[in-house]
Amino acid sequence: MNDIQDSLRELYQEVIFDHNRHPRNFRPMPDADHQAEGHNPLCGDQLTVYLQIADGIVRDASFVGHGCAISTASASLMTEAVKGRPVGEVEALFRDFHALLTKPADDGLPQRDFGKLAVLTGVREFPARVKCATLAWHTLHNAIAGEHDIARTE
Amino acid sequence: MTARAETGNPLPLQGVAADFPILSRPVHGRQLVYLDNAATTHKPATVIEAEARFYRESNANIHRGVHWLSQQATAMYDAARASVQRLLNAARPEEIVFTRGTTEAINLVAQSWGRTQLKPGDEILLTTLEHHSNIVPWQLLGEQTGAVLKVVPVSDAGELDIAAFDALLGERTRLLAITHVSNALGTVVPVAELTTRAQAHGARVLVDGAQAVAHQRVDVQAIGCDFYAFSGHKLYGPTGIGALYGRAALLQQMPPWQGGGDMIRSVSFERSTFADPPQRFEAGTPNIAGAIGLAAAIDYVNRIGLDLIASHEQALLARATAIVGGLPGVRVIGTAGHKSGILSFLVDGIHPHDLGTILDAEGVAIRAGHHCAMPLMTRYGIPGTARASFAMYNDFTDIDALAAAIRKAQTLFGTRRAQ
Repeated sequence: MNDIQDSLRELYQEVIFDHNRHPRNFRPMPDADHQAEGHNPLCGDQLTVYLQIADGIVRDASFVGHGCAISTASASLMTEAVKGRPVGEVEALFRDFHALLTKPADDGLPQRDFGKLAVLTGVREFPARVKCATLAWHTLHNAIAGEHDIARTE
Repeated sequence: MTARAETGNPLPLQGVAADFPILSRPVHGRQLVYLDNAATTHKPATVIEAEARFYRESNANIHRGVHWLSQQATAMYDAARASVQRLLNAARPEEIVFTRGTTEAINLVAQSWGRTQLKPGDEILLTTLEHHSNIVPWQLLGEQTGAVLKVVPVSDAGELDIAAFDALLGERTRLLAITHVSNALGTVVPVAELTTRAQAHGARVLVDGAQAVAHQRVDVQAIGCDFYAFSGHKLYGPTGIGALYGRAALLQQMPPWQGGGDMIRSVSFERSTFADPPQRFEAGTPNIAGAIGLAAAIDYVNRIGLDLIASHEQALLARATAIVGGLPGVRVIGTAGHKSGILSFLVDGIHPHDLGTILDAEGVAIRAGHHCAMPLMTRYGIPGTARASFAMYNDFTDIDALAAAIRKAQTLFGTRRAQ
């Protein structure tokens, strides 16, 4: 009977609250060389991801926008996770992170150290909230690919 | 739900919840507290049984069979139409067209009446309160005909600006398309008065009644509107069935908008002629079981009584506004003087979606988001709200559960302040 309360505590961990209240790299980047907008039309979450990429490495990453605690914390954690990494690694991390949140458990989840990103694993128990956690990553992916279309979760 | 009868609360309706099987279903190990009635209402056992009984005992296609079952199904379908006619107090059953719901009813008027009547520069008057389903069909029509949209603004309280309404009404205004009750804020719009003013300028009037029919008496002749649209599923009936009321003389002039069986008089490869309304607008096999389920829902609502339902829900709204609106950190959005049973609100420091998830874990179902009214959210400078919407089966314990769950969310988010 208290399963849902346990899942809720898994979802709303202190790290999530911390990044929601004090999002890291929450700033526009006027000299960004890559940027993309993300929008979840179902809930109205909206964000812009900015990147500076040089020599195949993400030198800087930031975001602005508004959304729920999950979406804000996920964007904040993402910018921390990708800074200083080669673009190829970032794209691989996106694929693995996406699989971590969306793949059925019996398909075998990606085996890697997700670092702080692992706190978002809790959304697996809340299918309606998965898109909150992945919106920033879809947007990042578009920014890297240089696609000008708005990233959508739908 | 039986425990609720013992709380001794002074609400007009008692024990109604027992008629709705789903309400006894636990959610996350708790009794369901369902406060998302503006999205859809639950169905009483009589509605569920009426649909099932139709398929068990009377299933056949209508208007085309000489056999016994077809005649029985046709009689039931026609009786359902008469039932909707009485619900809305339309003058004749032919003024009721069955549709999939409010959205399809509005699209029918846009594509049949609108495409043949509107010219470039003609104006369609809407309001900031409208649901997307009473905005987008008119935008599509505007692209097709060159007609333009004008929008009546709302006050901070969520009431229409009547002076602006009068100023926007002009010679080019051909249609007023207006909600009866705002789905996002609960504002009840004085549609009869606005209909009179619009018609004095020669405009036609369509009223979106999706949020009205289950919560108050509706009389289309008293309102005087030309069209009135509603959905069955918000009236304790099935999904996929709704109706359009249209004045007989108007429907008679309107061309079909979909072609197919059941809407024709004769067909040859050179030319087809069309049936009279309402069949002209009901191409193909309709949702027969849905119409019969809707009639059962109307019977149920009539048995309880719309006046009692209205006063019950007003008592719930007053209590919710006082208790939930009075919590520290809670701000009510939509404070019109005349409201239906809808409470939209924001909780400081907690996004509506996070609130929705935490409330759900307490068994409390609300809606979070823009409520398909993005222009209205933009008007208030907010991405969305949390919305509790009431129905006849809710009682004061539901509101207490909502308030307790909000306090719990504030504790979890560390934003709880003393009351």
